[in-house]
Amino acid sequence: MSDSTEQPILRVKNLQKSYGHNPVLKGVDFEIQRGQVKAVLGPSGSGKSTMLRLMALLETADDGEIYLESKRIGVAERKGHFVPLSERAMAHQRADIGMVFQKFNLFPHLNALHNVMVGMTTVRKTHKKEAEKTAHEMLARVGLANRAHAFPSELSGGQQQRVAIARALVMNPKVLLFDEPTSALDPELVGEVLEVMESLAREGMTMVVVTHEVKFAQRVASEVLMFDGGYIIEQSAPEQFFGNPQHERTRKFLSHVH
Amino acid sequence: MQFDPAIFWQQLFSLEYVQGAGIALGLAALSQVLAILIGFAVAVGRISRKKTARAVSGSYVWFFRAIPTLLVLLIVWNAGPQLIPALTESWYTPFLAALIALSVVEGAYMAEILRSALLSVDEGQPLAARALGMTPSQVMVKVIIPQATRIAIPPTGNEFIGLVKYTSLASVISLRELLTTAQVGVSVTFRYAEYYAAAIIYYLVIVSVLMVLQSYFERKFRWTTKAAKVVRTRPGKEEVIL
Repeated sequence: MSDSTEQPILRVKNLQKSYGHNPVLKGVDFEIQRGQVKAVLGPSGSGKSTMLRLMALLETADDGEIYLESKRIGVAERKGHFVPLSERAMAHQRADIGMVFQKFNLFPHLNALHNVMVGMTTVRKTHKKEAEKTAHEMLARVGLANRAHAFPSELSGGQQQRVAIARALVMNPKVLLFDEPTSALDPELVGEVLEVMESLAREGMTMVVVTHEVKFAQRVASEVLMFDGGYIIEQSAPEQFFGNPQHERTRKFLSHVH
Repeated sequence: MQFDPAIFWQQLFSLEYVQGAGIALGLAALSQVLAILIGFAVAVGRISRKKTARAVSGSYVWFFRAIPTLLVLLIVWNAGPQLIPALTESWYTPFLAALIALSVVEGAYMAEILRSALLSVDEGQPLAARALGMTPSQVMVKVIIPQATRIAIPPTGNEFIGLVKYTSLASVISLRELLTTAQVGVSVTFRYAEYYAAAIIYYLVIVSVLMVLQSYFERKFRWTTKAAKVVRTRPGKEEVIL
């Protein structure tokens, strides 16, 4: 684990977001060091996924600040005020933050190889031959070397999610965000995805994982967070979090998911 | 029965009919291409967040779907030169007038087809593309358009076939497409059956070719390994997919 005096790789301060009159995030502070894995638990609608989307710059926060390697992202300073960046400028910053979705969101018109390549060739402007080589290597790493030419419709959910992880990884993200990566999978396919994520964690990838997989959080996370009602209500190392949860709400939640 | 096969065969292979068919197909194809471009711009306007873009593009669709195509054709050919003096010059041909008229009308119909195709793309798709760091135009070109195309192919094939037949309207502005060719022949020889039959054959051939073309494109957009193998084995182009 990283030494705590180090700069956090990703940090958010007082993040707030409402949809209409419905506040989803009411002020969230969060940070993660290089190489850490943070598991985020909490009931649906508690704001976990919203926090990920805001950190991935896929939506704009109503209030709050996001820092990637101590550089404030998502906004530009204009005459002393911070205004949201243009979609184009935002795109540039997003490339450094990887995102894996609950429903995979692979591009159905591209085969596995091209799904993995397309970010490199269009965003990073990597040469096609080189991108192809990297994509093949990454597919091998997630255990899909022999499925490179299969289209998403020809892959199982678990395989699709592994391709989606490879697609995010080739961009060399500074942090990888997972939004319930196994929730849409058949139970027997969950293991293969968690295995890939666990090996990434071992290799030192910085990861924020919104999940309902308590065992995964217990085994892999450096820290576990509990979300409820738009706040982070508890945050501690897995032994403490699962062994001796401080918050009543956490205890109740864990009794349901165990 | 007074059907003279000799006249029929002679006309079928005559230069006039071949040229007429070429003009009909060429006019339909060019109009279709322009209509797709117009339709795409209008469709993007229709789903835009900007009120004025929605209003302008909505009015376009409303107007050109309301006016009969024949009337638009007559306006472009007859009223055009009256209003715009430059159009009285010799470069302003019936072909050009028909191309403009058919494109703007068809553009309104294509706009609706493309709008529904664009809206059919799952919202998770642009989300994933943006997460990779793609700019709005990259998201459109790399992710949304390919997926919308698949949805748009069958109705566009329909429209294209319709356009081939709409080119016959241009006979009223003396464009020598298939129907004009037949009419001119008939007016001299009064061999209606033979001349019309020759025109029918050409329309059948053209539409058959278009149907084959459509199924080729549908196959190409099926997004399976098998389909990829069929369409990607052009020599020297892409690698043969396993």
